[in-house]
Amino acid sequence: MEFTFDLNTTWFILIGVLFSGYAILDGFDLGVGALHLFSKGDENRRLLLNSIGPVWDGNEVWLVTGGGALFAAFPDVYATAFSGFYIPFMLLLFVLIFRAVSIEVRSKNEKAWWRKTFDFAFSFSSFFIALLMGITVGNIIQGLPIGADKYFTGSIIQMLNPYALAVGITTVAAFMMHGSIYLVMKTEGNLQTQIKGWVQNTMIFFIISYATVTVATLIYMPYMAEKFREYPVLFLIAIANMLAIANIPREISKNREFLAFLSSSVAILLLLTIFAIGLFPNFLISSINPAYSLNIYNASSSDGTLNIMLLMAIIGIPFVLAYTISIYWVFRGKVKIDSTSY
Amino acid sequence: MDAEILARLQFAFTIAFHYIYPPLSIGLGIILVITEGLYLKTRKKIYENLTRFWIRIFALTFSLGVATGIVMEFEFGTNWATYSRFVGDVFGSALAAEGIFAFFLESGFLAILVFGWNRVKPPVHFFATCMVSLGSIMSAVWIVVANSWMQTPAGYQIVDNNGVMRAEITDFWAMVFNPSSVDRLSHVLGGCFLAGAFLVISIAAYYLIKGKFIEEAKISLKTGLFVALFASLFQLYTGHSSAIGVSENQPAKLAAFEAHYDSNKPGDLYLFGWVDTENKKVNYGIAIPGMLSYLLYGDTQKPVRGLDSFPLDEIPNVNFVFQTYHLMVAIGFTLIGITLFALFLLIRGKLFDTKWFLYVLAFSVLLPQIANQVGWFSAEVGRQPWIVYGLLKTSEAFSKNVSAESILFSLILFTLIYIILFLLFIFLLDKKIKHGPVEITEGQNENVKQRIS
Ligand code: HDD
Ligand code: HEM
Ligand code: HEM
Repeated sequence: MEFTFDLNTTWFILIGVLFSGYAILDGFDLGVGALHLFSKGDENRRLLLNSIGPVWDGNEVWLVTGGGALFAAFPDVYATAFSGFYIPFMLLLFVLIFRAVSIEVRSKNEKAWWRKTFDFAFSFSSFFIALLMGITVGNIIQGLPIGADKYFTGSIIQMLNPYALAVGITTVAAFMMHGSIYLVMKTEGNLQTQIKGWVQNTMIFFIISYATVTVATLIYMPYMAEKFREYPVLFLIAIANMLAIANIPREISKNREFLAFLSSSVAILLLLTIFAIGLFPNFLISSINPAYSLNIYNASSSDGTLNIMLLMAIIGIPFVLAYTISIYWVFRGKVKIDSTSY
Repeated sequence: MDAEILARLQFAFTIAFHYIYPPLSIGLGIILVITEGLYLKTRKKIYENLTRFWIRIFALTFSLGVATGIVMEFEFGTNWATYSRFVGDVFGSALAAEGIFAFFLESGFLAILVFGWNRVKPPVHFFATCMVSLGSIMSAVWIVVANSWMQTPAGYQIVDNNGVMRAEITDFWAMVFNPSSVDRLSHVLGGCFLAGAFLVISIAAYYLIKGKFIEEAKISLKTGLFVALFASLFQLYTGHSSAIGVSENQPAKLAAFEAHYDSNKPGDLYLFGWVDTENKKVNYGIAIPGMLSYLLYGDTQKPVRGLDSFPLDEIPNVNFVFQTYHLMVAIGFTLIGITLFALFLLIRGKLFDTKWFLYVLAFSVLLPQIANQVGWFSAEVGRQPWIVYGLLKTSEAFSKNVSAESILFSLILFTLIYIILFLLFIFLLDKKIKHGPVEITEGQNENVKQRIS
């Protein structure tokens, strides 16, 4: 396969960067949410909730902007995927709404039943968001019945196949692991000791499900590995990924929580990179006829738009990074509950 | 019902629900900047309490705005796929700009605004407040630019993209400054400031009626009236300017606003009425003859292009557009009246104890909300059957691969969820208002903790 580094490729990478940013950032707060019910007592639950309190909303903007950028740069991909995955995406919207609202209102009323209800809604929706996103990725890897008119209709039953479910569960596991490491960073005392146990369990859970998915991909979706066979240097990415994962328990045992968190961020980034390399130059693979697949050329906007947007990205990204970093800096350190907390 | 109608119903319902919150957030943003600015200047405890009170209300409207906004972004792809393919090249860049220039700014600094009071110095906090307000205004800028492009397309060309026609951008700035952007953006922002100002006015009037938080209420009432004075007059001006733009760019819409059928006659301006579309006339109405012609051309005799000059299938639902439009204008004048009368009482020193008028103010919060909703309805339904004016019809724009059953399913779920959201919103708003502009002290927190454990 020819590889030319052009405008369309740049945008493939930029979209990848936005969605990776989303997976790394919202990943940990979804993970915290999925783990929420494992913590006992109102005090602990409030600590967990407030560990992500100031940042979860900004994290979600990576998804919003990723979606907007996909719409602008590859409108056909946006249209085909969003209409094709109609029901799963509607479910995704519902859980996104539930989650946002639960976080906001959970601590606004002292009644125990109120808090229990929203604790449940928060945790359940966090889990479900991760699962649905993983299932979507699983279906994209398998290919979709896209026709000549660039449309497909996915039935929900078809989408819930074992492979896609396995990818969904792996996503949940990855986010739980990532979230628990984040929590180790944000908590202290007994709670922290307890959470260190979670890191172990979620890591085991993640490694098992990840290994299963990898084997299944190699057997049933060999095209995802084609580029790795063609360009063996790419195996370095896979190796780096494993090293990043292996590094997590090491850093945790040495109490270098931030480095552990960095490792799991890198691991998620590399996982997505492997996925993107497997797909490239396609976005959506047609299972009917490879000629119907949507790739970075036949689904893109005009060069004019891609150039304008590149300019916007060049102007915008430094600002975005600057205030993202300053927000995390302002709220660094262990969580404390005060009068402004949730 | 078929997929097209259901998709339209769902879009109308979800955007109308979303649009309850952005105007409140944008309007309260300005109030926050003013109140916190006064706090920084005077360092008085009362301004601190007020600022923190409005922040709590703001946080609530903002979080509902965010939760319902994501739905809107997804819906272009899920329900309007053909439309998305057609406009993505043009429209998408405005939406992406919104993400990168507005949403990141808003949500980033929101963290400091809401959670940072005890963590950063007051000037830094004030800066964050300004940035959140700016961010929310920027998001209005980009989304209204995108919507205005659909109303009055400019800076594009139609290109054959592998057998499918689509719009491609040729001139970015012509797209941004299309013929209706500036008018509509200023009009939308005016509507947002009114929504925020009257929320503040209403809460303050409520406290005065109840005899609680009197000092805080007086300050808030004055702040709200100050914003309302400018915004309500600005709204009249920008609305008028929009109407002139509509007459030039979307004559069918303007004719529908006033149910003007006969192209040979000068246009009348109705105060109210009921359109009889079959006989092409307005019943039970009162009109100022020739006033529409006068407002548009400064000449009461000049004819205005009427609905008779358009093919039947290019005319919107005239009575619906007429009613929503006239309701908005009526509310516009009512708000100006309320504001001026309140200022009159304030100058006479009677505002704070004219009970009946405080009741009017307490309920006035609903008026800008209604005007904002019906304003959008008249603008959006008025351009039907076009989704992109003159280029793409709504009936061609929806996702053909999504079944009516699927949309019905999502529509029912949205309805249920939004009812719950709305009840939660009202419940929490009420709770915050009852609690009032006093601090939740650590002592109280302790109590709360004990009660739960
Ligand atoms: C006049 C302003 C205005 C209008 C017409 C719209 N919005 Fe909105 N939107 C906002 C003003 C706003 C805001 C002020 O920026 C929000 C709402 C409440 C809030 O507090 O932020 C917001 C939130 C918001 C979010 C969540 C952002 C986040 O996560 O921070 C999304 C994705 C959208 N909107 C998308 C849309 C779309 C696709 C619209 C059109 C169909 C739309 N909005 C109409
Ligand atoms: C926030 C303010 C907005 C409100 C209140 C609003 C209102 C409406 C309403 C009431 C309809 C239904 C019209 C009908 O069914 O006849 C509609 C349709 C639509 N609007 Fe808007 N709109 C808003 C903003 C936007 C924006 C910013 C866009 C695009 C950027 C947009 C795009 C559309 C589309 C795609 C439809 C569907 C086609 C249709 O049914 O007409 N709207 N809108
Ligand atoms: C005072 C008299 C008013 C006049 C003459 C007026 C006029 C107009 C016109 C002509 C439009 C259609 C613009 C278009 O389709 O391009 C419009 C739309 C709209 N109006 Fe008004 N308006 C008035 C008051 C208000 C008030 C008080 C509010 C809200 C508080 C409001 C909110 C809106 C909104 C949200 C829209 C839709 C967005 C847009 O198209 O600009 N209007 N108005």
